[in-house]
Amino acid sequence: MRKSSRRLIVIAVAGVLLSVAAGLTLYGLQDSVAYFYAPSDVATKAKVGERVRVGGLVEAGSVARADGALEFKITNGAGVVAVRFDGDPPSLFAENEGVVAEGVWRGGEVFVAERVLAKHDENYMPREVVEALKERGEWNGPQ
Amino acid sequence: MTAELGGFLLALALVMAFVQGGLGLYAGWRRDEGLGAASAGVAQSNAIILLAAFAILVSLFLRTDYSVAVVAANSHVAKPLLYKIAGTWGNHEGSMLMWCLVSAIFAALLASFPGGMGRTLWNRAVGVQGVVTGVAIAYTLLLSSPFARLDPAPLTGKDLNPLLQDPALAIHPPMLYLGYVGLSVPFSLAIAALMEGKVDGAWARAVRPWTLIAWVTLTLGITLGSYWAYYELGWGGWWFWDPVENASFMPWLAAAALLHSAIVTERRGSMAAWTILLAIIGFGLALLGTFLVRSGVLTSVHAFAVDPQRGYAILAMLAFFVGGGLMLYAWRAPRLTEPSGFLLVSRESALVANNVGLAVATGTVLIGTLYPLMLEALTDRLISVGPPFFNVTFGPLMALLFIALPIAPFLAWRRGDLKEAWRWLQWAAYAAAGVAVVTLALLRGPIWSALGLAVGVWVLFGALLYAWKRAGSFARIAALPLAFWAMTAAHVGAGVFTIGAAVETSFRKEQAAQMLPGTSVEFAGRRVTLDDITNVEGPNYFAQRAIFSVDNRIVTAERRFYNISGTPTTEVGILGEFTGDIYIALGAPSEGTVGTRAWTVRLYFNPLVQWIFAGAGLMALGGALGLVVLARRGVKRAAPAVAATAT
Repeated sequence: MRKSSRRLIVIAVAGVLLSVAAGLTLYGLQDSVAYFYAPSDVATKAKVGERVRVGGLVEAGSVARADGALEFKITNGAGVVAVRFDGDPPSLFAENEGVVAEGVWRGGEVFVAERVLAKHDENYMPREVVEALKERGEWNGPQ
Repeated sequence: MTAELGGFLLALALVMAFVQGGLGLYAGWRRDEGLGAASAGVAQSNAIILLAAFAILVSLFLRTDYSVAVVAANSHVAKPLLYKIAGTWGNHEGSMLMWCLVSAIFAALLASFPGGMGRTLWNRAVGVQGVVTGVAIAYTLLLSSPFARLDPAPLTGKDLNPLLQDPALAIHPPMLYLGYVGLSVPFSLAIAALMEGKVDGAWARAVRPWTLIAWVTLTLGITLGSYWAYYELGWGGWWFWDPVENASFMPWLAAAALLHSAIVTERRGSMAAWTILLAIIGFGLALLGTFLVRSGVLTSVHAFAVDPQRGYAILAMLAFFVGGGLMLYAWRAPRLTEPSGFLLVSRESALVANNVGLAVATGTVLIGTLYPLMLEALTDRLISVGPPFFNVTFGPLMALLFIALPIAPFLAWRRGDLKEAWRWLQWAAYAAAGVAVVTLALLRGPIWSALGLAVGVWVLFGALLYAWKRAGSFARIAALPLAFWAMTAAHVGAGVFTIGAAVETSFRKEQAAQMLPGTSVEFAGRRVTLDDITNVEGPNYFAQRAIFSVDNRIVTAERRFYNISGTPTTEVGILGEFTGDIYIALGAPSEGTVGTRAWTVRLYFNPLVQWIFAGAGLMALGGALGLVVLARRGVKRAAPAVAATAT
């Protein structure tokens, strides 16, 4: 086989792989991107069916357990979102601490979360929580 | 005084590194052997200087000297010895010093073992490595010095993040750094080769052992991190496609590609320009990993630095090395000739397929990792890209690559015979198809898990069939060369890993229960009883320890509370069985009167999860065997040369 035709085949194979990869990438990004909203914004700004993350603080006195599900409220001072989560929160989940709830936004009264993330420890918080605290003016860590 | 001495040694190392760089590059350009030897000598002594600086930092941690800022922020007298030492690199400043140390050690090794490299190539490579070390030291000294003092010194320190107080995590960072910084040696060799304007078999032979060292240590580092996440985070998962995981995974993929393309360049002289490009990109991805993890653009257990200045400085380093490398590449690469020809069905083609597959897969991981950062920078919208993205992009691409994997060894260089390969590999194909049918029909698994499992079986059996072909009979299996076993171990490891990953992800069982001491639950065909809960006191924590019996075997799980930093952690109980792990995490107690309160217990059954770590371990073992082979060949080649000069 001549060198030029061999090069053509390599380019063709690479081209096919790249377009497969590009297709998969676009498809994947459609389904698994989650948009971040503050509790005060999510009801007005999020579209129904959109995957969202809501971040803020766990409102004091709002945590309750009802038939295996965890219910709590996320607040950023300006707004509150009620969350329901079927499962157990991470070990650092607590009242007045940072939290991020992820799930599909369906509108309505209660946001059903598929995942709940808490801060790792007192130094390292989820990014969204830091943003929420900054907006509320309660952030005292580094800028 | 000790901290000041450390700072002085670091400043001295900075000067030495640039002297090494200047001398090496000048010696290569003027073909001056004496200056080249001087540069090598500087490289060797600089490793000793940095080793001394690092030893000083370790001693500050051992003595828990709170007047040093980094010690006060990350250590405490009450911490166990191992974690006092590990605390040295469990923070931004100390880990950057370790980065410099590793780079200097690699420079010294490169200076001590020129192998079969040409003189000027070797001088230039030592020189470039000096520049890499120097830039890293400059960053450490100016923007994140571990020797900075606190005045007044605090009376007590903060603790090391309790999640990091774990034996696997004590060695995870050094391993990863050996891998990251190890990729700087192929980079230096690539830049030196571009300066020379010549890439040949001898160059590729010189690159291979360094790439292998980096790849093996990266494999071990990533596996340790993943294993740690599995038993320490208490979620039963082992890989989360977290950006910091991706940061170490991308250089690993690039190094894997480089390992394979360097073989083609050594044996056949082909793919020379591509191999050079991979060496530059591999180190670029390692620097990108350092940037992502250390700059604070991502927030996680790994994000130590929150000072944006540091982030910009690492980004500038990345731009300097990768941008400079790529510019040199664009200028010089067209001159690199690719002499030998090969047919479409040949081992060369199979290895090209390997490289295209790995490169494209790396690209998808890169997009998924950087897309949120780009979008935030451009539009101010905060988003996150979740695991489903990586599963649908990376999964199928890797599956395609793994379908081609077992075929490659059966094909000869230049001209392969697919019919002959199929004569052997058909048995692997039948086994794979059988497993897929069983998974779908009997276990009712999802289609993608059947496919994943089939691909794993295909890779595993394919590698074993090749061993069988090479040996011809059982008796001769032991006589096969070590190089063959290196490849086989790595490929079998890839198969074992894939089988474990496919089974674990699709057949994992999970259940949460509220348990009072003395009660039992049925889980995954076993009876799990909470026997007792006791209070335990550790060196720097209090814990509640739950004792479970699973059928008749005892497992303990803990909830720890680290009193210095005020953080709780979960220590899971794991019962390893042949078919998988029973994994128990103790959650919070429910409200109620003491003595009657129920505990939240999460139970997981993770089938074949140990295959995942064993597979990764086999890959690392294969790499280590390969390293032994290359070292032996190096000694053999050196011996006749010495004999010739002696006579």
